Amino acid sequence: MTVGVKPASARRLAGGSPTLLRGLPRLPWIWAAAGCVALLLCCAIGVLAGPVHIGLGTVARALLAPLPWFGTASSIDPGQANILWSLRFPRVVLGVLVGGTLAVAGAAYQGVFRNPLADPYLLGAAAGANLGATLAIAFAPGTSVSGINIVPLAAFVGAGAAVAGAYALGRSVTGLRSATGLILAGVAIATFFNSIQSYVQQTQTSSIRMVYSWILGRLVTAGWDDVLLVLPYVALSVAVIFLHRRLLDALTLGEDEITSLGISTRRIRLIVVVAATLGTAAVVAVGGTIAFVGIIIPHTIRLLVGRSYRVVIPLSVLFGAAFLVLADTAARTIVAPAELPIGVITAFLGAPFFIVVMRSTRGAPL
Amino acid sequence: MSSVVLTSVSVGYEGRPVVRDLDLTVASGEWLSLIGPNGAGKTTILRAIARLVPFQGDIVIGGHPVTGLSSRNLARGIAMLVQEPQMPAGMTVAQYVLLGRSPHLGYLGRESSHDRRVVKDVLRRLALDELAARSLDKLSGGERQRAAIARALAQGAPVLLIDEPTTSLDVGRQQSVLELIDQLRHEQELTVIAAMHELTLAGQYSDRLALLVEGRLVATGTAAQVLTEPTISAHYGAEVRVIDLNGSGTAVVPVRR
Repeated sequence: MTVGVKPASARRLAGGSPTLLRGLPRLPWIWAAAGCVALLLCCAIGVLAGPVHIGLGTVARALLAPLPWFGTASSIDPGQANILWSLRFPRVVLGVLVGGTLAVAGAAYQGVFRNPLADPYLLGAAAGANLGATLAIAFAPGTSVSGINIVPLAAFVGAGAAVAGAYALGRSVTGLRSATGLILAGVAIATFFNSIQSYVQQTQTSSIRMVYSWILGRLVTAGWDDVLLVLPYVALSVAVIFLHRRLLDALTLGEDEITSLGISTRRIRLIVVVAATLGTAAVVAVGGTIAFVGIIIPHTIRLLVGRSYRVVIPLSVLFGAAFLVLADTAARTIVAPAELPIGVITAFLGAPFFIVVMRSTRGAPL
Repeated sequence: MSSVVLTSVSVGYEGRPVVRDLDLTVASGEWLSLIGPNGAGKTTILRAIARLVPFQGDIVIGGHPVTGLSSRNLARGIAMLVQEPQMPAGMTVAQYVLLGRSPHLGYLGRESSHDRRVVKDVLRRLALDELAARSLDKLSGGERQRAAIARALAQGAPVLLIDEPTTSLDVGRQQSVLELIDQLRHEQELTVIAAMHELTLAGQYSDRLALLVEGRLVATGTAAQVLTEPTISAHYGAEVRVIDLNGSGTAVVPVRR
C-alpha cells in the first residue's frame, strides 16, 4: 500500500466547494422536527388528560386569551380556565423543564466523565437532595421561607452541598487529574448522605410515607411558583451545556491529545459540572429524584441518531422533556384519582423501550 | 519554521529521574529521531516538549520558552501525534480532523469556513477525502494512522512531535506513513521530532539521530555515525549487523547469537 500526498494538480482537479466538508455532524432536521412534534404532542396529551374533560379548542382559546388581539376569554368557562392555568399548564411546563434538564445534564455528565453510566446524580446530587428534603419533612413540615415551601429549598441546598463536597474531596485527593477520583468522591459523599438520611427516616417514622413519596419523584404540587423558581437555573444550565457541545466532543479524545490541542479538561469539567449540577439541583428540588431520564434519553439518541454532542445535547432537551411530560401524564391518570410516583413510570416505560432500542441497534457503539 | 532547543532538561516521575540534564538542538525543517532501548526516556522528552509533563531546564520553540506560552499558543506551535491515538467510536474522519483546529478557536468558538477549508485541504492531500464521512471505528490500521496525522497537520503547527509512528503497522504501512510524513515535512517545512523504535527506518528517514540510554544522551549524528555495531551492542545488548545500502541509508539487522 502506498499512500502519498496528492500533487497540486490533482488537488485542483478534485474541485468542489472549498468549504463544503462532508462528514461533519449536523443536527438532522428530521430528528429536530420529530423532537418538536413529539414535545408538542406530549404537552397536548398532558394538558388534555385529567378527570375534567376539556377539549382542544378550549385549550387553544385559553392559551390565546391573554393576548391583547384575541378577545376570546369570555367564551371560556371560568372553571375550565382555572383548571388549565392553575393546574395543567404549570404542571406540563414544569415537566418540560424537569425532563429536558435531567436528560441534558445526564448527557453532559456522560461527556465530562467519559462514562456511559454517568447520570445527573453521579456526584451525590440525589443523595444531597434526599437528605435535605427528609430533614425538612421530618423536622419542619409545612414551613415556608418567604412564601416558598422549605422542602424544595432544603433539597436544592442539599444537592448543591453534596456535589460541592464531592468536588472538594476529589480535588483534595487527586487534584482532579482524573475523572475517576471525582466519581469516587461522589460515591463516598452519596453513601455518607444516604446513611444520615436512612437514620433520620428510621427515627422519624411518622414522616416515612411523605419522604418516600418525595424520593420517588412527583410533580403533584406543581404551580407557577415552582416553574418560576427553577426557570433561571434551568435556562442557565441548559445554555452553558449547549455552548459546550464542541468541547464535549473534544473530550472523547485521549487526555494527552486534548491537552496538546490547547484544551483544558479541568476547566471544561468544572464549568459543565457546575452548570449541570445547578440545573439538576433546581429540578430535583421541585420534582424529586426522578430516575433513569438522564441515562436512557441521551443513550437512545446516541443509538438512533448519532454520538456527537452537537446532536445529543439539543435532542436530549426535546425528547427528555417530551418523555417526562408523557410519564407524568401516565403517573396521574393510570390509578386516578390517586397518583403513581413518576420515577416508577419513567423506569417502567423507559427500561423496556431502551432494551428494544439496544437490541434493534446491535453493533452500534455505545 | 521553528527550531527546538532543549537546555539542561531533566524530567522525573515520582522522584525517579527519567531524563537527565539533556541538551539538544533541532534546526528548523530538520527531522530528528530519538532512539534508544525501552525506558530510555524517548516518549518523556516528547511529552516534556509538548508540556504534558513538568520538567526542569529550558525548552525553547522558535525563540519562545514553552513555559511562557498559553496552552492555545503552544498548541499552535507544536502538534503531537501520540503512540496510540484514541479514535472515538462513531466520530467521522472529518469531525476528528476538524478537532485539530481547536487551538485556533476561542473557548466557546465555532469553526469558521477557513477552518473547514483547511481541513478539507488536509483530507485531500492525505487522500482521506473519500473517507471524510466514514466513522473512525470503520477504518483500517493504515487509514487510522493517516487520520491521526491529518488531525495533527490540521493544527497548522510548524513543529510535529511523533511518538512511535509505525507501531503495530506492517512493513508496507510503516513505509507509507513515514514517506507521507517526510513528504509533508518538505512541503510544509515542518520540524519533526520522532521517538522511533525501528532503527533501520529511523536511520533512513531522519536527518539526525539522538541515542538515549537511561535518560542520558549518549550519541547524536547521522545514521552512519550513530548506528554502528559496537554502539548498538553496547547500549541495546543486541547482536546486529549494520549494512551500508550503497547510498540508500543504513540497515540494522539482528543476528542470532
